[in-house]
Amino acid sequence: MKKVRIGCGAGYGGDRIEPAIELAQEGDIDYLIFECLAERTIAIGQRQKKQNSQLGFNEFLAARMEAVLPICAEKKIKIITNMGSANPRAAADLTCEIAKNLGLSNLKIAIIEGDNVYDTVIKQDLKLDEAGTLISKSGKDIISANAYLGAAPLVEALQNGADIIIAGRVADPSLFLAAMMFEFDWQDNDWDKLGKGTAIGHLLECAGQITGGYFADPGYRDVPNLARLGFPIAEVTEDGNAVITKVADAGGCVTIDTCKQQLLYEIHKPDAYITPDVVADFTGIKFKEVAKNCIAVSGARGKQRTETLKVSVGYCDGFIGEGEMSYAGPGAVQRGRLALDIVKERLSICHIKPEEVRFDLIGINSLHGERLSKNVEPYEVRARVAARFIDKNEAAFIGNEVETLYTNGPAGGGGAFKSVKEIIAMDSTLLERNLVKVNVSYLEV
Amino acid sequence: MKLREIAHSRTGDKGNISNISIIAYDISDYEKIKQIVTAEKVKNYFADIVKGDVIRYELPNLGALNFVMYDALGGGVTRTLSHDMHGKGLSAALMNMDI
Repeated sequence: MKKVRIGCGAGYGGDRIEPAIELAQEGDIDYLIFECLAERTIAIGQRQKKQNSQLGFNEFLAARMEAVLPICAEKKIKIITNMGSANPRAAADLTCEIAKNLGLSNLKIAIIEGDNVYDTVIKQDLKLDEAGTLISKSGKDIISANAYLGAAPLVEALQNGADIIIAGRVADPSLFLAAMMFEFDWQDNDWDKLGKGTAIGHLLECAGQITGGYFADPGYRDVPNLARLGFPIAEVTEDGNAVITKVADAGGCVTIDTCKQQLLYEIHKPDAYITPDVVADFTGIKFKEVAKNCIAVSGARGKQRTETLKVSVGYCDGFIGEGEMSYAGPGAVQRGRLALDIVKERLSICHIKPEEVRFDLIGINSLHGERLSKNVEPYEVRARVAARFIDKNEAAFIGNEVETLYTNGPAGGGGAFKSVKEIIAMDSTLLERNLVKVNVSYLEV
Repeated sequence: MKLREIAHSRTGDKGNISNISIIAYDISDYEKIKQIVTAEKVKNYFADIVKGDVIRYELPNLGALNFVMYDALGGGVTRTLSHDMHGKGLSAALMNMDI
């Protein structure tokens, strides 16, 4: 039966680069996929692009391409990535330049555009899911709207001979599914196959999260050699089954438990995982260990895709002001609490009214509140105040007030930190498929 | 006994929604976990954090449960004031549950 080996070279934008190099060199792979977009990344990218038309793509694109292009060109490994983010064209131009500088030739680079649906979404005045209102009534300063594209344009690029595909907002599993659809000639209405491929894509998309990354809990779940963690490979057969594995001598481990954790990561209804390609059903999935670090996956299914595409909408949502100060030694926690009480009172005295404010003692209750954190008493504590404001100057008040605790607050405070950051918040909406016009174009080196 | 003794877990986030898996190390413990760790119990456990509904999905052939918790992340990763912006640590908190 025909097989294809697909490796995942990045699970998020800032991921390590060496495991991708290792996959290209030693993984015997046909495809190297870099999944580099979080929900909000593209909104931030849109901002960068507005300031400089040559920016707005992944900051590690050049480093990744310089590292893997020579190997992939030699071994005929195809690269698929969403590192193009808000600016796939500029990302492709840069990739082209890097390839030329490396002395490479005969490479076809595909650019996938059309996920930017800002104009359409504004014109259609769609309803935002979380705000629960139409865009025009939401009062939000919208800065980006990107539709989740499916595998189809990537398959088209592969059919036209692309060696490298650079996209922006494509649904994460679709990056992987495209390779399978192309290699095995799966049709875009073969729902079970698409469901199987989507499950495999979902298992791979977070890279190290299935090879033992984000899994270790010493004494309960020990993972070898995390500093040298290897990234995953799926060996997929044309029936849609796969074995998840890694380069043999790479760090980490692939077990039934690492696979189960990743399968359920960021999913809601297990029988309806909606992507642009299919509504995948994970409930029938089975994992079986076929050899050490080789886990067979089978049993996913699929149902007809939805008529709409999800659109991530980014908007400006004010500012977060933050301040922190540490207290150590006897009475550290009491002094930390006093510090927070002082800042709380100062807000009132100075008539500062945040939209929302939060007071934490890091090391005591900052992650999950008082109730779940009881009976903890460390040697040191870090007091933190964070608040959300419409106005940037008011946001700056928070950090300044915490800093003044140096000379005005409890004894022995140290290590003050303050910051103000703009909030780019995300909402989502649904857009009719036929309103999203995708464009595939090519550069040749 | 703590849930941690017989199960493991990972948290994911989508917008303001958090999901937590609970996966039995030994699939024979699944029924016991299913009986004890109900959606209502998880909702109460995270009462200070999760403001919306908690829905439980069952995956018996994986020996796993998936809890989807709405309005759980202070507005989501981009606008929350929480120190744990993605709510990544919620799975560890849940493993501390007495069963």
